[in-house]
Amino acid sequence: MSVLSTPSSKARFDLVSALKRALLAALVAFGLFSLMIGVRTHTGSNGALFLEGRPGLLAIMVGIVFVSTLARELILGERQIELRSLVPPALTAPLQILPKLAAPALLVFALIVPIIFYQNRYMLDLGIMILTYVMLGWGLNIVVGLAGLLDLGYVAFYAVGAYSYALLAEHFGFSFWICLPLAGILASFWGIILGFPVLRLRGDYLAIVTMAFGEIIRLVLLNFQTLTHGPDGISGIPRPSFFGLPFNNEPGGFAHTFGLHYSFTHRIVFLYYLILVLALVTNFVTIRLRRLPIGRAWEALREDEIACRSLGINTTNTKLTAFAMGAMFAGFAGSFFATRQGFISPESFTFTESAMVLAIVVLGGMGSQIGVAVAAAVMLGGFELFREFATFRMLVFGLAMVLIMIWRPRGLVATRTPSVFLRSPKEVDAEDVRRARAKSWSWRRARHD
Amino acid sequence: MEYFLQQLINGVTLGAIYGLIAIGYTMVYGIIGMINFAHGDIFMIGAFIALITFLCLVAIGITAVPLALFLVLLVAMALTALYGWTVERVAYRPLRQSFRLAPLISAIGMSIALENFAQVVQGARVKPLPPLITGGFTLTHKGGFTVQLSNVQIMVVVTTVVLMGVFSWLVARTRLGRDMRACEQDLKMASLLGVDVNRTISYTFIIGAALAAVAGIMHLLYYGVIDFYIGFVAGVKAFTAAVLGGIGSLPGAMLGGLLIGLIETFWSAYFSIEYKDVAAFSILVIVLIFLPTGILGRPEVEKV
Repeated sequence: MSVLSTPSSKARFDLVSALKRALLAALVAFGLFSLMIGVRTHTGSNGALFLEGRPGLLAIMVGIVFVSTLARELILGERQIELRSLVPPALTAPLQILPKLAAPALLVFALIVPIIFYQNRYMLDLGIMILTYVMLGWGLNIVVGLAGLLDLGYVAFYAVGAYSYALLAEHFGFSFWICLPLAGILASFWGIILGFPVLRLRGDYLAIVTMAFGEIIRLVLLNFQTLTHGPDGISGIPRPSFFGLPFNNEPGGFAHTFGLHYSFTHRIVFLYYLILVLALVTNFVTIRLRRLPIGRAWEALREDEIACRSLGINTTNTKLTAFAMGAMFAGFAGSFFATRQGFISPESFTFTESAMVLAIVVLGGMGSQIGVAVAAAVMLGGFELFREFATFRMLVFGLAMVLIMIWRPRGLVATRTPSVFLRSPKEVDAEDVRRARAKSWSWRRARHD
Repeated sequence: MEYFLQQLINGVTLGAIYGLIAIGYTMVYGIIGMINFAHGDIFMIGAFIALITFLCLVAIGITAVPLALFLVLLVAMALTALYGWTVERVAYRPLRQSFRLAPLISAIGMSIALENFAQVVQGARVKPLPPLITGGFTLTHKGGFTVQLSNVQIMVVVTTVVLMGVFSWLVARTRLGRDMRACEQDLKMASLLGVDVNRTISYTFIIGAALAAVAGIMHLLYYGVIDFYIGFVAGVKAFTAAVLGGIGSLPGAMLGGLLIGLIETFWSAYFSIEYKDVAAFSILVIVLIFLPTGILGRPEVEKV
C-alpha cells in the first residue's frame, strides 16, 4: 500500500515545484524577450529608427514558455533526464527495422518517382534537390560519420566542383561528361591540399579550420572578379546531354533520335536519374570502402585516434583519404548542381549550406547511410512545406539541431551495423594463450638475434 | 607616417572590441574545453539590446549622454548575461556527458537559431544609430593628412582597460575566480573538493556574455550601424584572437584581440579591403597549424 500512496503525495508536491519552475522559466523568458520581442525597431522614412511596442506578442511568448515548462514538468517531473527513454519506444522501434525493410522500398520509390510525377515539374525538382542533398550527406558521412572528422567547410568542395565545371565549360567548351570526373578530381585535389596541413589538429580545432577554409574559398570566389565574375556569378552553363544527344527539338536531339515527342520534361527526368545514379554510386562506394582496410581504419580512427596510432595506422594518410574521398563526391555533386541550375554564384555556397549538410548527417545518425537519406528527405521536405514561413525556417532549423543533440545525440537511426563480425566465436583456453605467447617470444628473440 | 599612426589608433580600438569578445571564448574553452560557437551571436544580441535600450531611453526622455550610456551599459550587460546563461543551460549543460562533438554541433545550432531569432524579431535591415559621442582630438596635422583620435575611440579603449582590470581582479582575487581557476585545471577534482562546478560554469558564461555585451555596445557606438549578421564574422575573428593569444589564457585573449585588430586594420589600409576577412581567416588557419598553443598558451597534453 505504501508503495502506491507515495506517488500521489509526491505528485501534489510536484505541482508546487513545477509551478515554481514554470514561473522561473517565464521570468527568464520575459527577461530574454522583453527588449528583443517586446520592442520592434523600424526604419523610418528619414532613415532614423523608431520603435513599436509589441506587448501582446511578448505576453504570448512568455505565456508559451510558461505553459510548455509547466506541461513538461508535470508530465516528466523528476524524470527529466529520462526524456530520451520517452521518445524511443514509439519512434525507434520502427526505425530499428527500417534499414532492412525500407532501404529497398525507398530505392524502388526513388526509381519510380519520375513515372508517378511525370506531369509534376515541381515534385521532380524537389526530388532532384533532395537527391543532391542525399548525395552531399553521403559524401560528408564518409568524413564525419566514418572517420569522425568534423568538417564545417564541406560546401567549399561543392563550390570547387561547381566552379570547375562552369569555368572549364566556359573557357574550354568541355562537355558535362568530361567535366564531371575532372570536377571530382579537382575537388579531391583541393581536399588534399587543404587537408594536408590541418589534419593533425584535434576535433574542434579541425572543425574551425575547415570552416575558415570554407569561408576563404567563398570570399575568394566573391572577390576574384576577373576569374569568377564575383557576386554576379557565372551564367549560361551548358546543360547536360544524353551521352552526346542534346535535349532540344532539333534533328539529332534526344527526342528525334528516339522518335519521341519533344518535351521539356525529358531533361528534368534525365537530371533526376543522373543525380540518383550519382548518389547511389556514392552510397555503393562508401559501403564497399567500409569493408576494405581503409574503411576499417576510418572507423577505428573515429573511435580512438591514439589507439589507432599505437597500432601502426598512419593517421595522417587515413584522414587524408577520408577527406579527399568526401571532397570528391562533393565535387561531383557540385558539377551536377552547376549543370542543373545553369547559373552559379558564391551565394549558393555559404556557411549555412555546410551547416545544413552537416545537420542532415547528424540528424540521420552519423555513419548510417539510410538515416542520412531519410534525414535529407525529411529536412528538405519540411523546408518546402513551410515555404511561407521562410524567415522562421532557419530559426526552427537551428533549434532542431540543438534538440536533436540533446535527445538523440547519435541521430535518428542510432544503431550502426558493425563493420566487422566475428563469424565463429572461438573459445580460448590456457593452452592457446601459452602457445601464442611462446610464439611471440620466439619471434621476438629471433628479431633480437 | 601620419597614415600609419592613424591606422594604429584604429587598429587598437578594433582590437579592444575583439579582445572583449575573445575573453568569452577563452574562458569557456579553458573550463569546459568546448568552442562556444554561439558567442559571436551573443555579442550581436548585446548590440541589439543596447540599440533598443538607447531608443527606449530617448523615447522616455533621458537624453543626457553619460546617464544614458551608463543605463544602456547596465541593461545590455544584464540582459545579454541572461542570454549567455540560458544558452549554457539549454544547449550545453545537458550535453556535458555526451560525445566529443555534440556540444560543438549544438553550439552551431544555437548560433544559427540566435542569428535568425534576431532577424525574425527585429527585421533583416541594417539598424543605424546617430553618433552619440562626437568630437575628438587632432593629434597632428601634417602634409594635408590629419591624425584623429576620436572620443569614441578613447572611450572604447578606456572602458576595455578598466573592464580588463576588474576582470583580472575577479579571477585572481575572489572566491569565484578561484573556483574558476580550479575548474580550469581539473573539473572533476574541483567538484570533489567542494567547488560547485555547475554554478561556476554558469558564472563563466554570464561574465563572458556581459563582456560580449560591452563589446556590442562599443561596436554600435564605433560603427553606428548593426545588423543580425555581425556576430558571425566578429565571432570568428574573436575566436582567432583567442587562439592566437593562447586559448585558455586571459592576457592572451587581450593580446590576441589587439593583434587581430591591428592586422586587420593594416591589411585593409595597405593591401586590399575586399580581402580583409580572408586575411583574418587565413591567420586563424596559420595559427592553428603552426602555433596551436598560441603565444601565451600552455601546450596541451594528450591523455588516454
